[in-house]
Amino acid sequence: MVKKQRTLRLLLGCISLGALAFLAGCGGSSSSSNHSTTPPPTGSNVQSIAVNGGPVPGQIYPNGAFTSVTLCAPGTSTCQTVDGILVDTGSSGLRVLASALTGTFPNITISGNNAYDCVNFIDGSYLWGPMVQADIEMAGEKASSASVQLIENPTFTIPSTCSNGGVNEDTQLALGANGILGVGQEPTDCFIDGVSPCLSSVSTSPPPVYYTCGTTGNCAASFVPVAQQLINPVVGFSTDNNGVTIELQSVSDAAATATGSMIFGIGTQSNNALGSATVFTVDPTDDDITTNFNSVSLAGSFIDSGSNGLFFQDAIPTCSGGGFYCPGSTLNLSAQNVGANNAQNTVNFSVDSAVETASGDAAFSNLAGPIATGACNTTTNPNACTFDWGLPFFYGRNVYVAIDGRTMPSGSPAGPWWAY
Amino acid sequence: MNTLLGSFALLVCFSALPAVAALGGNASSIDADQAQMKGSVELKQSTAFTVHQIKAPTGTTVREYVSPTGTVFAVAWNGPFLPDMRQLLGTYFDQYSAGAKADKASYVGRRPLNVQLPGLVVQMTGHVRDYHGRAYLPNQVPAGVKAEDLW
Repeated sequence: MVKKQRTLRLLLGCISLGALAFLAGCGGSSSSSNHSTTPPPTGSNVQSIAVNGGPVPGQIYPNGAFTSVTLCAPGTSTCQTVDGILVDTGSSGLRVLASALTGTFPNITISGNNAYDCVNFIDGSYLWGPMVQADIEMAGEKASSASVQLIENPTFTIPSTCSNGGVNEDTQLALGANGILGVGQEPTDCFIDGVSPCLSSVSTSPPPVYYTCGTTGNCAASFVPVAQQLINPVVGFSTDNNGVTIELQSVSDAAATATGSMIFGIGTQSNNALGSATVFTVDPTDDDITTNFNSVSLAGSFIDSGSNGLFFQDAIPTCSGGGFYCPGSTLNLSAQNVGANNAQNTVNFSVDSAVETASGDAAFSNLAGPIATGACNTTTNPNACTFDWGLPFFYGRNVYVAIDGRTMPSGSPAGPWWAY
Repeated sequence: MNTLLGSFALLVCFSALPAVAALGGNASSIDADQAQMKGSVELKQSTAFTVHQIKAPTGTTVREYVSPTGTVFAVAWNGPFLPDMRQLLGTYFDQYSAGAKADKASYVGRRPLNVQLPGLVVQMTGHVRDYHGRAYLPNQVPAGVKAEDLW
């Protein structure tokens, strides 16, 4: 315990000085990890992923699963591989820092103007940049002439409906990555419940997702045909295109790194069968499941590899700053996941003080924090009813992400769903 | 509190008044938000506060909490797209923006937004195409109302 409290002071020192503090004085010993005894899967649909602290020199991105993506000018062998891409099951579409790319890619245009993409994340950040066409290659898979967002600050002012007071993460340091690979449950980044609100046939006015801008700005939110929307790259593959499996080795408390695989397709190859995994269908209107925790039914719960930790409402004391839990000693908790199909599973998890994030390790199985101080009440306060199963949930599990509208293996329900 | 919240009367509001800022503004600002969101308004009334619920055609719902003295002391939202935060937060927008930047600068990675300033709290959770959030003025929450019930 004495050692732990000392570590806490180190962490707080790091936080107060910001990310650069990780460069100096915040190194430390690594704890052991449980190494998987089964060999990693192999095949043309297997992409390596690693919780390795990310690409920013001197900075550790805790609980981020990173991979590499190859982008080629459409139909050519002029390609570039970019590493440090965050794997995110909580969004859909590939977004890459323009500053990480050397090649040029053709812009997507709508009525003669360049098309831009905007995404807002629930951490208060946003990404802006032009949509281009590229061939996306991962493992042996290829999405030809796919829409990709280049994350780039324009020479004109970003529309206020996109920035919305948030944080523009247009650099590697701000993003903590070279890009974000959204392999969530939607076929594009503007789809929900089987339809795209970014079509004029669906919405009366375009939502703040796609914009068209002139060379000096004058941007306007715009409808974009599905074929040009920011595609979930998996959907663009010619095979193995109905979802992904994320596999990460188990982590006990903390580890320097954790390795694993992203396997494309569900039930399409011998290495991605569902096996004994339980399928949890989601509410198609928000892609959420229900988590029962502390005798409360949280109907807006989700599994998100892009979240650093497990985030839920509880009375556990928070660390200084309020963003993570600091219980002082390890808490062993459990919650029950329930699918829209009524499939049920109890998940045991632990919460420890978010102190080890100063240790030099990158993988933490016990990192957790609050969502807010709101009290879930399904009638009066449904907005507070969420449990965010972030990256710690993925350690030691095979998590299947089934995409809406794709063909699922026989015997499985239609997507979208999770399975593990 | 549950009894209080359970006693809401449901009404529908069709009025259209001049535009005023939202959070911290008076109740007429809700009509500006309604006009901006092209949404429909539903009014829920209790003895401690009134909730105006605006649903935009894009599917995003905004709730504005009005105190007995007519001040919007809290707003909450959920849906597939963020609401216009400048419209919703009014004079508190710049404080929110600075707070969000400070919150993101305090750690590496991605977690739910949690801005806690002495006079303003803004929090968000969910994921892309399923945003849940709220903002409230802790000093202006009416007596007897728990902040945790404002979502």
